[in-house]
Amino acid sequence: MAGAGGGGCPAGGNDLQWCFSQVKGAVDEDVAEADIISTVEFNYSGDLLATGDKGGRVVIFQREQENKSRPHSRGEYNVYSTFQSHEPEFDYLKSLEIEEKINKIRWLPQQNAAHFLLSTNDKTIKLWKISERDKRAEGYNLKDEDGRLRDPFRITALRVPILKPMDLMVEASPRRIFANAHTYHINSISVNSDHETYLSADDLRINLWHLEITDRSFNIVDIKPANMEELTEVITAAELHPLQCNVFVYSSSKGTVRLCDMRASALCDRHAKFFEEPEDPSSRSFFSEIISSISDVKFSHSGRYMMTRDYLSVKVWDLNMESRPVETHQVHEYLRGKLCSLYENDCVFDKFECCWNGPDSAIMTGSYNNFFRMFDRNTRRDVTLEASRESSRPRASLKPRRVCPGGRRKKDEISVDSLDFNKKILHTAWHPADNVIAVAATNNLYIFQDKVN
Amino acid sequence: MFARGLKRKCWDGDEDVEGAPAAPSYSLQRQSLLDMSLVKLQLCHTLVEPNLCRSVLIANTVRQIQEEMTQDGAWQLPAPPVAGRGPLDHLVSTEILCRAAWEQQGQRPAPDLPSELPGALGAPAPGSAQSCIWEADSSRGHRGSFPKSLDQIFETLESRAPSPVEGLFADAGGPYYDLDAVLTGMVGGKSGPGGGDGLQALAPAGAPPPSASCKRDLGELDHVVEILVET
Repeated sequence: MAGAGGGGCPAGGNDLQWCFSQVKGAVDEDVAEADIISTVEFNYSGDLLATGDKGGRVVIFQREQENKSRPHSRGEYNVYSTFQSHEPEFDYLKSLEIEEKINKIRWLPQQNAAHFLLSTNDKTIKLWKISERDKRAEGYNLKDEDGRLRDPFRITALRVPILKPMDLMVEASPRRIFANAHTYHINSISVNSDHETYLSADDLRINLWHLEITDRSFNIVDIKPANMEELTEVITAAELHPLQCNVFVYSSSKGTVRLCDMRASALCDRHAKFFEEPEDPSSRSFFSEIISSISDVKFSHSGRYMMTRDYLSVKVWDLNMESRPVETHQVHEYLRGKLCSLYENDCVFDKFECCWNGPDSAIMTGSYNNFFRMFDRNTRRDVTLEASRESSRPRASLKPRRVCPGGRRKKDEISVDSLDFNKKILHTAWHPADNVIAVAATNNLYIFQDKVN
Repeated sequence: MFARGLKRKCWDGDEDVEGAPAAPSYSLQRQSLLDMSLVKLQLCHTLVEPNLCRSVLIANTVRQIQEEMTQDGAWQLPAPPVAGRGPLDHLVSTEILCRAAWEQQGQRPAPDLPSELPGALGAPAPGSAQSCIWEADSSRGHRGSFPKSLDQIFETLESRAPSPVEGLFADAGGPYYDLDAVLTGMVGGKSGPGGGDGLQALAPAGAPPPSASCKRDLGELDHVVEILVET
């Protein structure tokens, strides 16, 4: 088992008592479509937490410095910056709208005082610089304080402008726009460990970019068939290895993962490794392929393992073993008997994400009814928690939830038929070092942390 | 839009129930799944480009169902015509007999007819559905035909006629059903609840531009009609 590392951070998600910390977003029952959160991501230090929504906006929260006088309360996350990343567009050639929904946000490692992140919608990736300004220059020679140009004839003396403090202003500016490289919808972006390149993946192709160059990208995977009628498989997610800058993986709608080495050839159509679990013939149905489709793939921080999320389960794979996963965790097996209904209402196509904790000892993923699940890889225990306003008193402990698969319902259990399939938790994020998690429930962002005794 | 909890349209969970009225047969369930899938494929066309992953998964499901139905001979055409009626009656009576056969047997029907024809019937729709969907990003030529064929599918489903024939042909395009002139004379005499309505739905409301795949459909339709006439 990969080392549990991580200093004083207790391993796993279940020795801990998870408590409510904060919730962001409107309380009304009527949810505006544009406010639905579509991606959540901590930066490398965990001090910044970014969310993207269907309206194309990015909101960044910053963790407050821990208060020395109250050492038991962890830093809270407050709004740091809000900006409109993408606008809706219209493709006149195809007569189609291009949604402004932010599909993914990925932070760049911090190299100077400013913060950089990549945000993408279906077609265009943008590099944003978020910088602070807390000083302002006064006493310009050529212009007045309100910015109007001074009449040159009136300038009789020269002065050196002085920097004066001002209220902190956080500015976001688009530094690069990477456009026109994807015919199909972008589902993933991933920053390379070389901090110079990144990849973007759509349904059929994966491109490699240099962060400085916007007018060119390299196509490294292309699975588009010559005859589109033969199309039976699409790319669903892709990620670069956290340590080896030449390695990446991509998952497919048929439940397979391919690992590619960019040193082998320019076009990585031949995989170096192929991960697929043999199908269990006894559970085969017309829905088998749909539920095997992988919605997310994530490398562990150590780079030794990767995790895949399909409709009913999360699987952990050892990169050295292609034949089957080393762990399989059932997320909501009680839904297996409801697949036909879930196919009818399209829930079976929901794309759930998954994430690792800092030490790679626990994994988390979302479910329906605003439930989310955590699995401790060491103790083999799992827990179901709920993101709800009812349990949102400060530092209130979250009570584990139970779903009753059928038959007699015990007290405190909820039956499968009572689950609200509109309340889906697709996006979750785990702080890179601490036991702090961010859970997106439709238009609300919940932040939970472990109880500090 | 979604009711709290699950709709039970799909007979989920009925396997546990004992002593209850018999769950719909496997064939009916399968047919319902096929119809539902075809509707989903049709509804992909909105202002925003359809989700390719979802479309591919649904199309693969349709293909799987059709392969299984082909193996079962569920595409089988009915017995020789009732005396006094024209040979093209067969298309009218197909769905009624298929329905009757399933209800009688309550099982997956045994294959007892050559699979050559079922193959011909089964092939066009996924091809045309696929080409229409996948090429959405390069041409919108098929867009005009969809609302009409969607109506056809809805009519088919509403009349509760589980007919593979109508469902599949619905998106192959209207103008190839010049049978309407022939059918209008025969439909009135049929007693099947959905037979007449369903097939009238096939009468073209307009003439979308033909495509390569639709031409192939037409060729196969001619082949089918030829065989029926010979019978």
